[in-house]
Amino acid sequence: MELVAIFISAVLVQNFVLYYFLGICPFLGVSKKIDSALSMGLAVTFVMSITAVVSWLINNLILIPYDLGYLQIVSFILVIASLVQLVEMFIRKISPPLYQALGIYLPLITTNCAIMGLALIAALNGYSFVETVIFGFGSGIGFTLAIVLMAGIREQLDLSDVPEPLKGAGIALIVAGIMALAFNGFIGMLT
Amino acid sequence: MTTKTIRAEYLKGLWDENPVLRQLLGLCPTLAVTGTVITGLAMGLATTFVLILSSLVVSSIKKLIPAQVRIATYIVVIASFVTIADQFLKAFFYPISEALGPYVPLIVVNCIILGRQEAFSSRNSIGRSLIDALGMSTGFLLALLVLSSIREILGAGTFLGYQVMGPWFKPWIIMILPAGAFITLGILLGIALKIESKTKRS
Repeated sequence: MELVAIFISAVLVQNFVLYYFLGICPFLGVSKKIDSALSMGLAVTFVMSITAVVSWLINNLILIPYDLGYLQIVSFILVIASLVQLVEMFIRKISPPLYQALGIYLPLITTNCAIMGLALIAALNGYSFVETVIFGFGSGIGFTLAIVLMAGIREQLDLSDVPEPLKGAGIALIVAGIMALAFNGFIGMLT
Repeated sequence: MTTKTIRAEYLKGLWDENPVLRQLLGLCPTLAVTGTVITGLAMGLATTFVLILSSLVVSSIKKLIPAQVRIATYIVVIASFVTIADQFLKAFFYPISEALGPYVPLIVVNCIILGRQEAFSSRNSIGRSLIDALGMSTGFLLALLVLSSIREILGAGTFLGYQVMGPWFKPWIIMILPAGAFITLGILLGIALKIESKTKRS
């Protein structure tokens, strides 16, 4: 039951984009088309799940036993950077079209605050190993859900009459705000 | 590369290349910590500290960094300064550190900082990089202050914790919620673009 609550909370209630404001750059940058948004979401979910596992191992097997808490930031970011590099090489070999579709945003996952945020928040919440895995996977799904919904809205938005200065990022942020308001309604699910 | 005057180098960060309003960088912390002015201010100052010192270090060792591992080097430099800032806040300003939560360590992935190292400090002199870092962080701080002032005044009726609105004022709860952050920033971006297009025409 506990695990289900963590999963639902990560997907809907404490959504990474709409609650923690993490991963806003890809959220605005890759949400113009539904299929590229979906592949970005899946890439992030993939990297998040692996990051959750690796960062938990580092934190609980190395940093905490040897009292190296102050190295947390440096070690997490290095692990994430090398993981992303690995995933990038992997995708380039396995699926060149997907690699093309993700373009610049794949290497940018390194500086995607959602990945780093995931490692930090999981450590902060003191989750057990299984909880961390569920949390990582759920957060990725939450990110995917938010970015795909956003892409769907933006495809419609192209056809509507938006005031000139708000075109692009401005209206996207306002739409995100309305989405955040809607997601706010899910809080009732867990209490 | 065009050589700008020191003044222009500093001022460009405030408006023309304002990291938040014009370049859309560093939006995550901008949205996350601007619920109150004090957290916005703390985040702005912490980022200023990290950006200035990272620019200083990167621009001084730029000739020693092999091109292939430059990003990794920048990240380690930035992460070291973020660790210092994080430990400092924990030691001396614990309540603020608590309020900022994971967003202090997350300065390490603030795209403004990495962006400036890659685009500026790695190919300019130490002095110029310092001025650039100062300008960019002032621009970031200004954006945070504007956004957090609007949100705190409308969302709680206070400014830096002091009551500024009369008893007739009913706080707009939405401004403190995540939704308020998104909508306010969206409108601010629109206003910035509008002002820009006006000044360009005249």
